[in-house]
Amino acid sequence: MKFSANSVWVNKDKYDIVVIGAGHAGCEAALAAARLGFTTIVFTVSVDSIALMPCNPNIGGSSKGHLVREVDALGGEMGKVIDRTFIQSKMLNKSKGPAVHSLRAQADKANYSRTMRQVLEGQENLEIKQAEVVNILTEDGRVTGVQTFSGAIYNCRAVILCTGTYLKARCIYGEVSNNTGPNGLQAANYLTDSLRELGIRMYRFKTGTPARIDRNTVDFSKMEEQLGDERIVPFSFTTDPDEVQIDQVSCWLTYTNEKTHEIIRNNLDRSPLFSGMIEGTGPRYCPSIEDKVVKFSDKNRHQVFIEPEGIETNEMYIGGMSSSLPEDVQYAMYRTVPGLENVRIVRNAYAIEYDCIDARQLKPSLEFREIEGLFSGGQFNGSSGYEEAAAQGLIAGINAARKLQGKEAVILDRSEAYIGVLIDDLVTKESHEPYRMMTSRAEYRLLLRQDNADQRLTRIGYEIGLISEERCRKLEKKEELICSEIERLKHTNVGTTKQVQSLLESCKSTPLVSGASLAELVRRPELSYRLLESIDEKRPEFPADLRDEVIEQVDISIKYDGYISRQKKQVEQFKKLEAKKIPEDMDYDQVKSLRIEALQKLKEYRPVSIGQASRISGVSPADISVLLVYLSSSSH
Amino acid sequence: MGYQYDTTIAAISTAVSSAGIGIVRMSGPEAFLIADCIYRGKNEKRLSEQKSHTIHYGFIVDGEETIDEVLVMLMRGPRSFTGEDTVEINCHGGVYVVKRILETLIDYGARPAEPGEFTKRAFLNGRLDLSQAEAVGDLIEAQNKYALQSSVNQLKGCVRQEINRIRKNIIYHTAFIETALDDPEHISVDGYGVELKGNVEEWLGDIRRLLDTCDDGRIIKEGIRTVILGKPNAGKSSLLNVLLGEERAIVTDVEGTTRDVLEEHINLKGISLNIMDTAGIRDTEDIVEKIGVDRAKDYADQADLILYVIDSSRPLDENDCEIMRLIEGKTSVILLNKSDLEALVTVQDVEDMYFTCNPGGCGDKGESSVVDHQSCDNESNPAKNKGILMVDDDRKTEIKEFKIPVIDISAKDMKGIDHLEETLKKLFFEGNLAFNDEIYITNIRHKTALSDAYGALERVRDSIDDGMPEDFYSIDLMDAYEALGNITGETIGEDLVNEIFSKFCMGK
Repeated sequence: MKFSANSVWVNKDKYDIVVIGAGHAGCEAALAAARLGFTTIVFTVSVDSIALMPCNPNIGGSSKGHLVREVDALGGEMGKVIDRTFIQSKMLNKSKGPAVHSLRAQADKANYSRTMRQVLEGQENLEIKQAEVVNILTEDGRVTGVQTFSGAIYNCRAVILCTGTYLKARCIYGEVSNNTGPNGLQAANYLTDSLRELGIRMYRFKTGTPARIDRNTVDFSKMEEQLGDERIVPFSFTTDPDEVQIDQVSCWLTYTNEKTHEIIRNNLDRSPLFSGMIEGTGPRYCPSIEDKVVKFSDKNRHQVFIEPEGIETNEMYIGGMSSSLPEDVQYAMYRTVPGLENVRIVRNAYAIEYDCIDARQLKPSLEFREIEGLFSGGQFNGSSGYEEAAAQGLIAGINAARKLQGKEAVILDRSEAYIGVLIDDLVTKESHEPYRMMTSRAEYRLLLRQDNADQRLTRIGYEIGLISEERCRKLEKKEELICSEIERLKHTNVGTTKQVQSLLESCKSTPLVSGASLAELVRRPELSYRLLESIDEKRPEFPADLRDEVIEQVDISIKYDGYISRQKKQVEQFKKLEAKKIPEDMDYDQVKSLRIEALQKLKEYRPVSIGQASRISGVSPADISVLLVYLSSSSH
Repeated sequence: MGYQYDTTIAAISTAVSSAGIGIVRMSGPEAFLIADCIYRGKNEKRLSEQKSHTIHYGFIVDGEETIDEVLVMLMRGPRSFTGEDTVEINCHGGVYVVKRILETLIDYGARPAEPGEFTKRAFLNGRLDLSQAEAVGDLIEAQNKYALQSSVNQLKGCVRQEINRIRKNIIYHTAFIETALDDPEHISVDGYGVELKGNVEEWLGDIRRLLDTCDDGRIIKEGIRTVILGKPNAGKSSLLNVLLGEERAIVTDVEGTTRDVLEEHINLKGISLNIMDTAGIRDTEDIVEKIGVDRAKDYADQADLILYVIDSSRPLDENDCEIMRLIEGKTSVILLNKSDLEALVTVQDVEDMYFTCNPGGCGDKGESSVVDHQSCDNESNPAKNKGILMVDDDRKTEIKEFKIPVIDISAKDMKGIDHLEETLKKLFFEGNLAFNDEIYITNIRHKTALSDAYGALERVRDSIDDGMPEDFYSIDLMDAYEALGNITGETIGEDLVNEIFSKFCMGK
């Protein structure tokens, strides 16, 4: 039953856009909306929990680092804030191809949260309000405002739902079940009913987090130290690399053992997952330690990472050992791990269940198909992760603003950005678990690299109005330098001189039999642009702030040219199908000879383009042909 | 891959048979370029330099080898059926030549056309009346359904298993690489190329063998789908053995010996028969035999030709009647076997039984006794309805004409076999016995898919040899996986993500 307040008060202040929730999605949504000139108010159940990181203390990681870069390239905030608050940083997969290089930083959680809050507080047009929103108000299928728990009504023109894991949240471990959001914060217990009343289909998902422990009770001598990178690369394209070369803290690696596994196995019957107390669907990529022990019983140990939660706290995170086992079992199992023999737990591990939506109800703009002006982003859409949330929040914020501007929605496609892959997957594919980004989900990942996010997206960010002209110019300058340098290398030849041959020899590269261009040499796996400096006499001087980036792009473009051009060709094909739009009011019943399964799926998903339709499972290439024929006949 | 367009497509546009002329058609932006590669004319001028709507005499060659003497018709878009550049190659008919030309076009960059694709392109390019949209849609779905059926049905069990096995291996190794890339601190993929290369070499070998099988026409059952029907112990298996010249089927005096369906490929006087020996048809309680009987009925339904063996030393009964109903409307030959023994069954008996069991004569099986004059029309349906019952609507008199060839044979003494061969040859060359074209097309599609998979795996091997990082391998591995899936009719969907989660332990 929908919540009904005892008294009703209509707030007469004027708002354009209401954002519900101030987590990673809500912050980006609110900032984007306000920066695009709209009077925006962001509601949170606790102002002290703005941009909270209730699970792992990292930003980035494989494919998630890509998302942060893309958010930054479009004018979002996450990259800038982590650059100011990280305490350790690593570029993952550095020995692999550039497409899978991924930045990951350990965050000082409290500092991250505080810094993001300051950005929100300093933002013109943006107001922060502590209140629980209980009702979404609509008229004729259009959003008109929201109502809070106190009965207050805020009228507005668009609403962005970013409720994260708070809707009807329940935290569980062992026999303990508590109706709170993460970290014991107040849950939002009423909004689900209002959404259901609007006809929105809800799912119930589950996730979990490990215990936090007291640093003073950890014996680090029994663990392997994990250091950050020597040369730190910042997330944001606007951050000067020289300014992030800080003193870093360490993480620590240890392992579970047979003893740990035995304790877990002996207590499985007390786990709420096995007893059926938890009904939500959990993610397969983030299994609890009990899941791992059961599912991969042949492994006699699992890695455990002990990571600091911040500089000014003793709490540490036990990466790899999330759990919902009872408190006494948690103590017993953690204490079997080398270095944790005397560990004291500050916060228990728990599983959390929450309401979210079936995101197939959304358009790729993240607006609900059936309710005009209602947008959503983040874990509410069935995703997981801070970065996935931020990316969706940014897009929802941009598109809510554009709706009010009367402009066309910004939709990134799968060949333009991980953000495009993320949103397309969410709105096109059926999912039964929280969705996590992975590089293997991106079919054009050689083009969607974290190093070229600016070249892919900054111009779009400029057109939207979130990127300054200065930043756009700087990008143009960078691209010019890259382009002309590649041309120069292709047309600069070196002969079989002694100097050249001895350089090749020192790099264990085959000597030349005849002349070759510098580009041909750069292409050799054992060589690189930097290594060839001594035989490249006319090498130009690049501006200091662009030097590293230009050299990196020159190397990648030349080395992987063959693979990159191949993917570019595939993208051309892909784009043609994406460009074939299906009208919003398409009546599929009129399309004779579609197979019944395809007809049902198309009616359910209502794809925006032939491309999206072709990705719906159950729609065959022949059905696509039939659709094309129908569309071409009705367009005449 | 999924849905593609803007490519150049090719297909055989005449029925694959012994007909005098075959036409292979090609349409798309590269049609002229591809034609240039495989055509040698009298003069030096290339086809792409010739005028539109002209016909040229010359030869189709594949490298050094001349395949056939042809007439080539050129039509530049938009003034062609599809609205695209179109090349039509008129060649000598005959299965081999037509197929070879199509394969050569594909080797040089054309893609086998999807079901209904020429018509679809014509429509999308505005070359067909808009009112035909619905019909075009129907055609695409119908042809696709048929193609899918034949693709799946005709793929031999062992080939399917082999492809599935390779796919399973590919996805496992790809998932391992991807898991390591996704979670580099838990799983290391360093140096994996060495191990993977061994596997890739093995898969390349496996696919090479499948491609060779393809060339032999063994990957799918090419030829006239021929089914041998008859009551138990009528001598069906003996007939097969005589035709094969070897003891393939078990022959005993015990009724119901052949419990399943045996299958053989034979060549009779230059005609390819894909022949299936079935369990004898009778009402049976034996479950294994019953399955065999049901299957025999299914095969009969799909057959191009039915050889109905009757034991002439035993009288006709209810079971024969059942078979008479099965062959109604099919191209068939009736064999009176055991001519070495005293004959109890005559041609007249067979004829009488046929019309008794099929009272409509040539109407739809058992559905209606009212004879539809049109469905009996020999002209409109020349390959079928050899048992003819003609009805004059005005006078309501019946003129019976029984046209199913009946031949006396003795499988045991190998008598009458040459007569059977002659009869089949006659049926074939009179055009009453045709191939199922889709089989050839399917085979070529499968071959293209196998070649694609082979090429993708070669690229993986090259990447390993070139010292490329591991993440490059999975791109081509997945291409190979997808190409192989096109053969077995499986799409990728979430396979990789599912494999990652089910086989490997992720951290966090």
